[in-house]
Amino acid sequence: MEKISIEGTPKTPTITFDTGKGFLEIKGRSIPENSIEFYKPLVDWLEKYSTKPQSITNVNIQLEYFNTSSSKCILDVFKKLEAINKGGSQVTINWYYEEDDEDMLEAGEDYQAIINVPFKMVQVAE
Amino acid sequence: MMLNIYDFYDKMERNNIMLSFKGDITSELLTSVLQIMESKLDNLQEEPKIKKKVYNVLVECLQNLYHHLDEVSTDQDEKIRSAIFMIGKIESQYNIITGNYIKNSSIEALKKRLEDINLLSKEELKEYYKLVLSNGEMSSKGGGGLGMIDIARKTGQKLNFNFSPVDDKYSFFSLNIKISQ
Repeated sequence: MEKISIEGTPKTPTITFDTGKGFLEIKGRSIPENSIEFYKPLVDWLEKYSTKPQSITNVNIQLEYFNTSSSKCILDVFKKLEAINKGGSQVTINWYYEEDDEDMLEAGEDYQAIINVPFKMVQVAE
Repeated sequence: MMLNIYDFYDKMERNNIMLSFKGDITSELLTSVLQIMESKLDNLQEEPKIKKKVYNVLVECLQNLYHHLDEVSTDQDEKIRSAIFMIGKIESQYNIITGNYIKNSSIEALKKRLEDINLLSKEELKEYYKLVLSNGEMSSKGGGGLGMIDIARKTGQKLNFNFSPVDDKYSFFSLNIKISQ
């Protein structure tokens, strides 16, 4: 099992994926102009992981900002997680939002309505 | 032609323009502009909630310009690659104004799309966003027609736009977005 990571930049988030622990974290900002290119490696890793997942998969999404271009790619990531959840690994998506950031909470709820995976909305202090 | 720079300055001053740019919109430019605007918002000590809203809407407005210019970049005419944007704050309201050339043949579809968005209530915008997010086609660069819906949703205001005719091929499209606290 491997641990994969992508270092964050002012426009892209830090991604940590510990396949041995069944833990994925996306943290920071996701506002690239070309988000498909950025998210492709992650979607590929999830595809690979889905063939031999851990019994429990925990996902932390802690984004300060994300643009609409990223929103479709994040949905693609969640669709992969939905398939992994269906395939037997118990997936939980923890959606972090800062106190007062109603837009970020609403964005999480939008995904919750579309994706058939348990979501936990986690409020953090500013 | 002699440019009266004071005239420009005075107009910008009276409209409280914090930042303006005219020219080609590149990814590097947007990175710099967003960094400048973020520190300006910090200096103004805006509430985190307002700061995030302005920043988010600004990202969508500027990336709309970027993706649009990318689409028309195959055109031979250099000047249509150029765009303008201004960010200002009058009292507690932020204004983001963008302008770019658009082919006359594309006006009707864009106008219809914006008018349709303007007909929707807050709740309908939320549903429409989810619909386009889950069913919409994505362009090769990741633009997916969600930008304008997101702007309308986050600002809670109608999209204010205009098309000024330029010649038989092009018009100038402007969008004026207001964010109030």
